Amino acid sequence: MLRIINSRVINNISKQIIRQMTVQPTRSLCSNVPKLQKEEVEVTFVRANGERITAKGKVGDSLLDVVVNNHIDFDGFGACEGTLTCSTCHLIFAKPDFDKLPDKPSDEELDMLDLAFDLTETSRLGCQICLSKDMNGLEVKVPATVNDARS
Amino acid sequence: MLSRKFLTKNLINSCLFSTNTVVKNALRACIVGSGPSGFYSSQYLLKHLPDCRIDLIEKLPVPFGLVRYGVAPDHPEVKNVINTFSKTAENPNFNFYGNISLGKDVSLNELRQLYDVVVLCYGSDVDSPLGIKGEDIKNVISAREFVGWYNGLPHLENFNPDLSGEEAILIGQGNVAIDVARILLTPIDILSKTDITEYALEALSRSKIKKVYLVGRRGPLQAAFTIAELREMLKLPNTDTYWRQTDFEGIPEKIDSLPRPRKRITELMVKSLNEAKQSSNNKKFLPVFFRSPTQFIGNDKVESVEFSINILENESAVATDKSESLQTQLVCRSIGYKSISVDASINFDDKLGRVINKEGRVLKKNSNEVDVGLYVAGWLGTGPSGVILTTMNNAFKISHTIIDDFRNGIIKCDTNKTGIDPRNYPCITWTDWLKIDKEETERGHKVNKPREKIVSIKEMLSIV
Ligand SMILES: Cc1cc2nc3c(=O)[nH]c(=O)nc-3n(C[C@H](O)[C@H](O)[C@H](O)COP(=O)(O)OP(=O)(O)OC[C@H]3O[C@@H](n4cnc5c(N)ncnc54)[C@H](O)[C@@H]3O)c2cc1C
Ligand code: FES
Repeated sequence: MLRIINSRVINNISKQIIRQMTVQPTRSLCSNVPKLQKEEVEVTFVRANGERITAKGKVGDSLLDVVVNNHIDFDGFGACEGTLTCSTCHLIFAKPDFDKLPDKPSDEELDMLDLAFDLTETSRLGCQICLSKDMNGLEVKVPATVNDARS
Repeated sequence: MLSRKFLTKNLINSCLFSTNTVVKNALRACIVGSGPSGFYSSQYLLKHLPDCRIDLIEKLPVPFGLVRYGVAPDHPEVKNVINTFSKTAENPNFNFYGNISLGKDVSLNELRQLYDVVVLCYGSDVDSPLGIKGEDIKNVISAREFVGWYNGLPHLENFNPDLSGEEAILIGQGNVAIDVARILLTPIDILSKTDITEYALEALSRSKIKKVYLVGRRGPLQAAFTIAELREMLKLPNTDTYWRQTDFEGIPEKIDSLPRPRKRITELMVKSLNEAKQSSNNKKFLPVFFRSPTQFIGNDKVESVEFSINILENESAVATDKSESLQTQLVCRSIGYKSISVDASINFDDKLGRVINKEGRVLKKNSNEVDVGLYVAGWLGTGPSGVILTTMNNAFKISHTIIDDFRNGIIKCDTNKTGIDPRNYPCITWTDWLKIDKEETERGHKVNKPREKIVSIKEMLSIV
């Protein structure tokens, strides 16, 4: 039984399956995005030590997808692979970006965020945020996990 | 057991090893225990010291610790971490040696002579008893046994709890207790699609349990379960949750001043408290606060539990002279797991139930001095609490300490440290595990389950 029946979780799971089955998974499964849109969006992840990593994703990808598809190696990030059971994909947004996010967090996302380290008012789970065109240039902070803070 | 393939793999290993000794400063580490702390430590060390060589030894033939034997069968998503662990295991500088038990097949002193670094990650797999009267009466069981039984932990397959009564009392309110409650109350057709063991499914399909109490010694504001697990209980088909109104006196007024996580979970409890129940639901989940068991009563089998009624003083539960008795036919205590010392040379605190350490560096016996080269990570060092995320952070932190110690010259590479020779042990390699894994998955698919776990160690060994 899926612990949380949440459409975005299902999206993520089906996306994973599709990623495994086909070489070019292009059709976005994010419900709020028109079909067959392939525009690329640039996102910058800022580590706690200030290091900036800029990567590209397609409209409809989740921020977890961007990390995975670009092989960005944040230790432990995305442990549950986007199924809303871990909170290791915790990201911190700037207030204006946070307010602009089209989908408000579900109860289940908030439940998981409650377990996240360094929780802030503008925290979200990366596996639940789908890229849209107007997110191009977005900057998000990767919170200081123990190791980041020290290295 | 030592098949030709097995020997070939070992030959390859020895060759790999001989090339690797050429790599100057290639740290050789032995990690003991293959749960999250063992795998996350391996992952971190291999990433940040790519030349290091890791042997991970595990008591059981199969890997993953509590991810396989603790995490509930109806939470398959939590087990996705296995994919990351498996990626680590594919690293050519990593060996998995299952079926080798520290303290039985190999001693800590031997390991220390064979490795530059030993990281103890063998977790907590013993019960914490309550130490009260009647604990040995039939059908007073521990969550560790019950969970191990439904999850296929070797040697618990004949545990067979008696589920013929209508009531069950769970002592303790952590997520493990919630797991037990959920497994007892979930409709069988949902469980039948999980990797729960066949025999447990069969026994649960005959279960008569309709009422499950979840008893904690403190109040709603101290509840140990987390909100996701509670929300799942509230949504369980066929089950209504009944709180005691009196447990919540003065609580709604305090909600606004609570920090966010505590605030949200309290709001959820209060909302559920005031919700109308569905009379069509025939099962009941009953959280009870401010009660500590004082004795179990019964002749052939447990019949009731005596509780002291507690009040809170500075967040602690203090027993009053008032008591309450609840009738039941099954008691499951879920007050935590405990670690043990598996080797006489381990500096172990029996009271706290953990290896004595300072930020993961194990200290020498009766001394404040660090035992250079020996580390502890996961539940064995922190005590048995926290989710996989907590364990992961702990393992990363301790691996980081190891790397610091290495870079600062505190631990050094000794080319004479050759690691264990797997040919000396009837051990299970990663390739062997993949065979067991394949067999389990195939058996599962035949009965529409993701996996049918093999429970007997003998049978596991016969497959490889
Ligand atoms: C019932 C239960 C359910 C849980 N559910 C969840 C959940 O849904 N989500 C979540 O995030 N967390 C959950 N947890 C917590 C999670 O399992 C722990 O945080 C984590 O497993 C601790 O990791 P560890 O490596 O310290 O110990 P373990 O996972 O216990 O690993 C220890 C390993 O060492 C091995 N070992 C023991 N003795 C020896 C020896 N002498 N020699 C060699 N090897 C040895 C053991 O066989 C085991 O494989 C649950 C815990 C329990 C008990
Ligand atoms: S990846 Fe686990 S919650 Fe997002």
